[in-house]
Amino acid sequence: MSTQKHIPADSVGLVQPQKLHFDEPLTLRSGRVIERYDLMVETYGTLNADASNAILICHALSGDHHAAGYYDPENPKEKPGWWDCCIGPGKPFDTNHFFVVCLNNLGGCAGSTGPSSINPETGRPYGPDFPIVTVRDWVNSQVRLADRLGIKQWAAVIGGSLGGMQVMRWAISYPDRLRHALIIAAAPKLSAQNIAFNEVARQSIMSDPDFHAGRYYDYNTYPQKGVMLARMVGHITYLSDALMRDKFGKDARAGAFGRDLRTGKLSFGFDVDFQVQSYLQYKGETFSKNFDANTYLLVTKTLDYFDPSVDYDGDLSRAFADAQCKFLVMSFSSDWRFSPERSREIVNALLKAKKEVSYLEIEADEGHDAFLLPIPRYMRALRAYMKRVAAECGNVVAEGAA
Amino acid sequence: MRSDLSLIQDWITPGSRVLDLGCGDGSFLAHLKATKNVQGVGLEIDPENIQRCLELGVNVIEQDMNQGLGNFESDSFDTVVLAQTLQALHRPDVIVDEMLRVGKNCILTFPNFAYWRHRVYLLGRGRMPKSETLPFEWYDTPNVHLCTINDFDELCRRKNIRVLDRTVVDDRQRSSALMRLLPNLFGINAIYHITR
Repeated sequence: MSTQKHIPADSVGLVQPQKLHFDEPLTLRSGRVIERYDLMVETYGTLNADASNAILICHALSGDHHAAGYYDPENPKEKPGWWDCCIGPGKPFDTNHFFVVCLNNLGGCAGSTGPSSINPETGRPYGPDFPIVTVRDWVNSQVRLADRLGIKQWAAVIGGSLGGMQVMRWAISYPDRLRHALIIAAAPKLSAQNIAFNEVARQSIMSDPDFHAGRYYDYNTYPQKGVMLARMVGHITYLSDALMRDKFGKDARAGAFGRDLRTGKLSFGFDVDFQVQSYLQYKGETFSKNFDANTYLLVTKTLDYFDPSVDYDGDLSRAFADAQCKFLVMSFSSDWRFSPERSREIVNALLKAKKEVSYLEIEADEGHDAFLLPIPRYMRALRAYMKRVAAECGNVVAEGAA
Repeated sequence: MRSDLSLIQDWITPGSRVLDLGCGDGSFLAHLKATKNVQGVGLEIDPENIQRCLELGVNVIEQDMNQGLGNFESDSFDTVVLAQTLQALHRPDVIVDEMLRVGKNCILTFPNFAYWRHRVYLLGRGRMPKSETLPFEWYDTPNVHLCTINDFDELCRRKNIRVLDRTVVDDRQRSSALMRLLPNLFGINAIYHITR
């Protein structure tokens, strides 16, 4: 079709999300119950006859079910899904071999039931009444999704950052339901510094006058400034000093410090002087228009609460004791949000638990965001690992397409 | 698989856990997995080698052993292997201690600096010996801690390390009567199986 000219050949192409409804009540870690809920799901590739080639992609803080492909055949400016560099024919998560599943997690704001959904009991949006969901709750809901799709065991569960935390929870709580766990740029739990950044984000949102104690939907407004600030702080933690110097340091006179000016001269006021300022503001503003403030609050709590070792006296290796899958753990050298050291904690716990694990520390300047980018060594490693995973799935689809 | 590794596989128990320090492209561990059902883990720092390990399905940890093995539990492996790397480490004695802590037994291979040709080279030319096994110049060699078979025996004595087995071979991994008689003079490569 001529209208799809902008869609590259190695893309999954045009995709369509589907909303799946679940009626069985889900009891959360907090003790609260979600009576019924919807999950927005996207799938790519074909499930094979014995349902052995399914892989689950778990998204991070601001991700959703749209991991790959395009929606609009008419819009050449449309950006593909958030992990398009990894998912598609011939890509590391090769849709010639795998049936790829990605969902918007519970509490999200991209179509799954969350704070901005209508509470059937009140007829109004849940807002602050939506329960805090944890990684464990997410994985429990993902298990139901797997059951619905007829997938008894994932060939692999894969995720970066908060997504990697869901992968760990799968391996710990449902050891017989996955064969491989790919944990990328994650941490076994947040550090005080991580929680501190989340707290700044929450305070930014909650102190916005338009927040209205989380009931802003009723006022036909939203805490735009608060979410923007939260995202600006968050965004800094996703990048590295080196990357920012590079990105905002094209002007040789400014040296290698990323101090490029926006207009070429200082304003001697509090307006935007440096490019990094306008970049951050732009990023924050765009995000604030597309992401629900209550979901942002909720997911930062989900992050803060994650610690699978709590049930095992703080011993992560004991948490992994029953895991049966093989693990691939990866980190990025310039990631300071979840540094390589944090990934090594996971690896060491797995080694102590005598699990099969490989660990790669990818040299990259892109900071935490590196896990979303097509960094050559990272892509090659994923491809090699997943090729073996595909081979285990039996009825492998024609190799020639890869 | 490198030929010195084929000699040491007899010392590895089927079904055991093996840690291979500097595992290279992982072919040794892949071989042990295929032939002896060994659960192996390799340590490696070279990205290309790590990639090869992934391709072979070998568990590989990107880690510099010069930083120690502190993240490995005591006695968590049956056998720890260090092939042709001892002489390139900052503190070979510390690694040997660490290997014996992490593994119930260890296998080490290293080039014997006291091989007669090296002695003749030094005596005759008065310069640092170079050979097929030691091809580097003194200033760019990775081999910063070369030792002799007698040196290693002395280290074992001092540390109360038990030598379970020792083989001395030439660069084609063959042994001979001469090598068995005067290993420190005629042996090119030494292969030790040690424990505490």
